[in-house]
Amino acid sequence: MCTVCGCGTGHSHGHDHDHGHNHDEDHVHFGAGEAGVSVPGVSQSRLIQIEADILGKNNSYADRNRALLAEKAVLALNLVSSPGSGKTTLLVETLNRLSGKTFASVIEGDQQTSNDADRIRATGAPAVQINTGKGCHLDAHMVGHALEKLPLEAGGIVFIENVGNLVCPAAFDLGEAYKVVILSVTEGEDKPVKYPDIFAGADLMILNKTDLLPHVDFNVDEAIANARRVNRKIQVLQLSARTGAGVDGWLCWLEGARAMQAAGLAAE
Amino acid sequence: MHEMSLCESILDILKEQAARDRFSRVKRVSVDIGPLSCVEPEALQFGFDVVMKGSLAEGAALVISRPPAEALCLSCFKTVPVKQRFDCCPECGSEALQVVSGDELKIRELEVV
Ligand SMILES: Nc1nc2c(ncn2[C@@H]2O[C@H](COP(=O)(O)OP(=O)(O)OP(=O)(O)O)[C@@H](O)[C@H]2O)c(=O)[nH]1
Ligand SMILES: [Mg+2]
Ligand SMILES: [Zn+2]
Ligand SMILES: [Zn+2]
Ligand SMILES: [Zn+2]
Ligand SMILES: [Zn+2]
Repeated sequence: MCTVCGCGTGHSHGHDHDHGHNHDEDHVHFGAGEAGVSVPGVSQSRLIQIEADILGKNNSYADRNRALLAEKAVLALNLVSSPGSGKTTLLVETLNRLSGKTFASVIEGDQQTSNDADRIRATGAPAVQINTGKGCHLDAHMVGHALEKLPLEAGGIVFIENVGNLVCPAAFDLGEAYKVVILSVTEGEDKPVKYPDIFAGADLMILNKTDLLPHVDFNVDEAIANARRVNRKIQVLQLSARTGAGVDGWLCWLEGARAMQAAGLAAE
Repeated sequence: MHEMSLCESILDILKEQAARDRFSRVKRVSVDIGPLSCVEPEALQFGFDVVMKGSLAEGAALVISRPPAEALCLSCFKTVPVKQRFDCCPECGSEALQVVSGDELKIRELEVV
């Protein structure tokens, strides 16, 4: 697994060090520099000062998605977690419980396969699969295209299951109303401080697989305290997507979030 | 690897800027990467060299500055430097810090011909 971003592509970050780096106090200079090109007096290069946000394009797509969702009165949630913490299982359970009451659809992000979208469609809910290939996160542009393919019913919910990865999805706003991070009790209570960015940006943390608590060495209070160290405002729910214990609390939270969206009060 | 897609965003910005400011080559790109921005400078550099190949910025230098991350202490109301999101206030020890800067990801200056 890639240790830089946590993605599972197995690519290499090795680069030949012919460019050399210098580390000043708070600067790190990389790159080929001007070796061989900078003959004094010959270069006509000029400097341009700009203030361009590197994520600016993603953010403008996200703003567009957010405006569309607000106009349609649809609640969008961005579900992030490491691989296998139970996002799809929780979605299947949730869709079964919402069925006939609240219209919901799903955008599934995975590097490969449509397995998760197939699991979702088996509940009767519409789903769009986005395969990111080597990409290890969804971006707002992909999500914008997926939204074009889904029926958006007023008062409904779009669940966006991000690629299983606790690193890069933190940087890419998708236009969701809320970000929900799922941590399962088999992963260790130190995850929030190991991957602080994703927990810092989340509105809600779901502790999943609580049915396994008797069998694992996982300190729930410590996990919550760690999450609050990086995000004082994070809300926390505990549940088991497998047994259904605690899922009522999640459905309640969803009702509240839907009401906030309908009232135009859902925060970024 | 999201540093790769960030480099593609950088290239898009360079192309737009080239059309606006009429330049054909980029020799240096200076960026601010906040320490809380979840970008690894090494990985950004690697992606930069790969993504810029064959473009107007092939062989350009990427100069990465790391502006300091700061937080507001909600206990003593001072603005204090932090290294990580879960640091305590160095002045009073409080855990109630609100990060105010450090997640910048922006291009600040270009050297072009
Ligand atoms: N015991 C237990 N197992 C669970 C629970 N929720 C999910 N699982 C199991 O965990 C495994 C992974 O679940 P998924 O729902 O596929 O996880 P995911 O987060 O969607 O995984 P990716 O999409 O691959 O990132 C499956 O074997 C599930 O049956 C739970 O609450 N308790
Ligand atoms: Mg899944
Ligand atoms: Zn498009
Ligand atoms: Zn990677
Ligand atoms: Zn990524
Ligand atoms: Zn203080």
